[in-house]
Amino acid sequence: MSTAVAVPHQPVEGWHEPSRGVVGMVCLIIAESAIFVIFVVAYLYYIGKSLTGPYPHDVLELPIFATVCLLSSSVTVHFAVHELRAARVARSAWWLAATVLLGSIFIGFTAMEWYQLIYHDGLTIRTNLFGTTFYSLVGLHASHVIVGLIMLGLTLIFAIAGKVTQQHAERLEVLSLYWHFVDAVWVVVFTVVYIVGR
Amino acid sequence: MATQTQPPAGTGTAPALQRHRGFFEVMQDWITTVDHKKIGIMYITYALIFLLVAGVEALLIRIQLAVPNNTFVSPEVFNRLFTMHGTTMVFFVGMPILFGFGNYLVPLMVGARDMAFPRLNAFSFWISAFGGMLLYFSYFAGSGLYGAGTAPDVGWFAYAPLTARVFSPGHSTDYWTFSIFLSGIGSIGTALNIVATTLCMRCPGMKLNRMPLLVWLYLVTSGLVFVTISPLTAAQIMLCIDRYLGGHFFDTQAGGSAVLWMHFFWIFGHPEVYILVLPAFAFANEIIPVFSRKAIFGYPAMVAATVGIGFISLSVWAHHMFTVGMGPGPNAFFTFSTMVIAVPTGIKIFNWLATLWGGNIHFTVPMMFSIAFLFQFLIAGLTGIILSVSPFDWQLGNSYFVVAHFHYVLVGAILFMIFAAFYYWYPKMSGRMLSNALGKWHFWLFFIGFHLTFDFMHVPGLMGMPRRIYTYEADRGWGFWNLIVSSGAIFQAVAVLIFAYNLVVSYFKGETAGPDPWDAWTLEWSTSSPPPSYNFAVIPTVESRRPLWDLKHPEEPDSQYE
Repeated sequence: MSTAVAVPHQPVEGWHEPSRGVVGMVCLIIAESAIFVIFVVAYLYYIGKSLTGPYPHDVLELPIFATVCLLSSSVTVHFAVHELRAARVARSAWWLAATVLLGSIFIGFTAMEWYQLIYHDGLTIRTNLFGTTFYSLVGLHASHVIVGLIMLGLTLIFAIAGKVTQQHAERLEVLSLYWHFVDAVWVVVFTVVYIVGR
Repeated sequence: MATQTQPPAGTGTAPALQRHRGFFEVMQDWITTVDHKKIGIMYITYALIFLLVAGVEALLIRIQLAVPNNTFVSPEVFNRLFTMHGTTMVFFVGMPILFGFGNYLVPLMVGARDMAFPRLNAFSFWISAFGGMLLYFSYFAGSGLYGAGTAPDVGWFAYAPLTARVFSPGHSTDYWTFSIFLSGIGSIGTALNIVATTLCMRCPGMKLNRMPLLVWLYLVTSGLVFVTISPLTAAQIMLCIDRYLGGHFFDTQAGGSAVLWMHFFWIFGHPEVYILVLPAFAFANEIIPVFSRKAIFGYPAMVAATVGIGFISLSVWAHHMFTVGMGPGPNAFFTFSTMVIAVPTGIKIFNWLATLWGGNIHFTVPMMFSIAFLFQFLIAGLTGIILSVSPFDWQLGNSYFVVAHFHYVLVGAILFMIFAAFYYWYPKMSGRMLSNALGKWHFWLFFIGFHLTFDFMHVPGLMGMPRRIYTYEADRGWGFWNLIVSSGAIFQAVAVLIFAYNLVVSYFKGETAGPDPWDAWTLEWSTSSPPPSYNFAVIPTVESRRPLWDLKHPEEPDSQYE
């Protein structure tokens, strides 16, 4: 049997396919969204079902400033990508730094809120259903923010060290997609926990 | 008209010219590889080993149940056996084998040189493999109090509140949780790779409606994986929070709900079985046309039906919960949605039949398995429709009728098509044909064993025999039927051993296979057997769904008709 192989081949005009990084990140976002949906469903299902206090309306305050910071960080990361596409690496690095700063402020506020809840209001993950679902959902989101901050921080460090060039713009865009996802999830979590659930 | 391109001389020729490589060099090659073909073969081999292990667990179960009042194993061991059998078969046999074939075939079929993210591919395999090792490590490493020993014993679906710390002390449940969690990460990674490869790396000319149907089905399967595995991951995180951080997700004492676990698990569990079956359909879509010598009937309808099955499968989960007391409204909804999913599935069956109709049928071993698949899958679907009627399910739910139904699908449809896929693609992967004679022994013994076991298993179910009982009284009348069921298991075991022997012996002594032993039409058959590590010296271009048909029949190419 012949081992020579024949492969069909004709030139083809105008063959375009989407970017692998973007498709891969979208798939990851879909999968992570499904995880968040389940935690949101659990949160919604258990609203009003805690047998003992503290209850949401007793202890929760709207985290307006933290939310503004986080949502603004989506704008700053968008500009960071834009500047990198235009090969202005230094400006991109400043926008990245702003993103990391705003994201860190958000985490800082979450930490302060949790300190208050745990030590002054006596709400822990095992206190009641509200505690369990609150810390799980908000904590899951916060952990995704932290992962995003680590990635953005690394990129910032590489940019400062002069290793980032215009060629990396698409990769930064893929990372920014993740960051936009994290922000979108916060909009949902904020609505469910601080508006609907209170 | 497609032109042929000969790759440079010396590529893809016989391996006799390679220098001898030491054992450690070969090991290092395989352990560090990012080549989708090697990763695919590792997935498949890994799954085969677990198939044998879980098969032994099944044999032990069947020995225990063969006669009434048996004491072959204790009730505690029995609980571990069916838990491990189910968990292993779904997560460490089914998923890896299907991802293994997907990994191997998808890049070749779309004309790419590898998956979109080769390192993620390797990572996904190794983390899944570690998950499997972790699950079986539980047999050795158990800790905990009396009765809560080693391997998990909570059923493959680990219902709450049995899995709560107070009812399952020790770590056996945690081995279940973590091993599946890890394998889930691997599954999501592989699915991501398949989607990215399919959407971004098709060779020029391969528009989406020119892809092989196998690639379409793997695309839909991967999409399902994203929204299916994640709910299980979420539920397992919740279970760990309950067990170790004092959470109350499934804790009824604190107002939580054990039924919530059931919802979350079955939101995973039902689409999961579609994740397992769609690749089996994918194999049928490739094998049946080739051995009918006809293109698949109704390609667009097949794609639409597959997408439809994918969507509808997300809406049927609570048919596993009819006896929980959801009320007439939800029961009616889920009965309806379960019946609706039969429509696109039926379309697929009719299209396979229409492919066979008027074809020139060759009864090769893969084709024999495929034809058995067709009518076994039909019967499995019919018993599924029986169970979908919720009042009927109140009688049959949690009985051996359900066990018979799902094994009819898992073994009769999925495993049969997996065997077909082995016989069809083994020549491509190894360069050797599997022994035809041994293949026929494998087929007939397995076929007889399968029907002895799973046809007759419906009867004790109808007579009221519940699932997961470790023994039963003699005056029930179940003993006669259970004995027949257990005897079938022996035939299946022998058949699988013959198959394993065939796999090993044919690698060394099988007839050499050329690039295209079956006279097939998709791009993987244009490479040598086995393909070189880079797959294609020149990236192919295609003008129709059957590029090799176009090459072989330049006077009547498919591109003229599509």
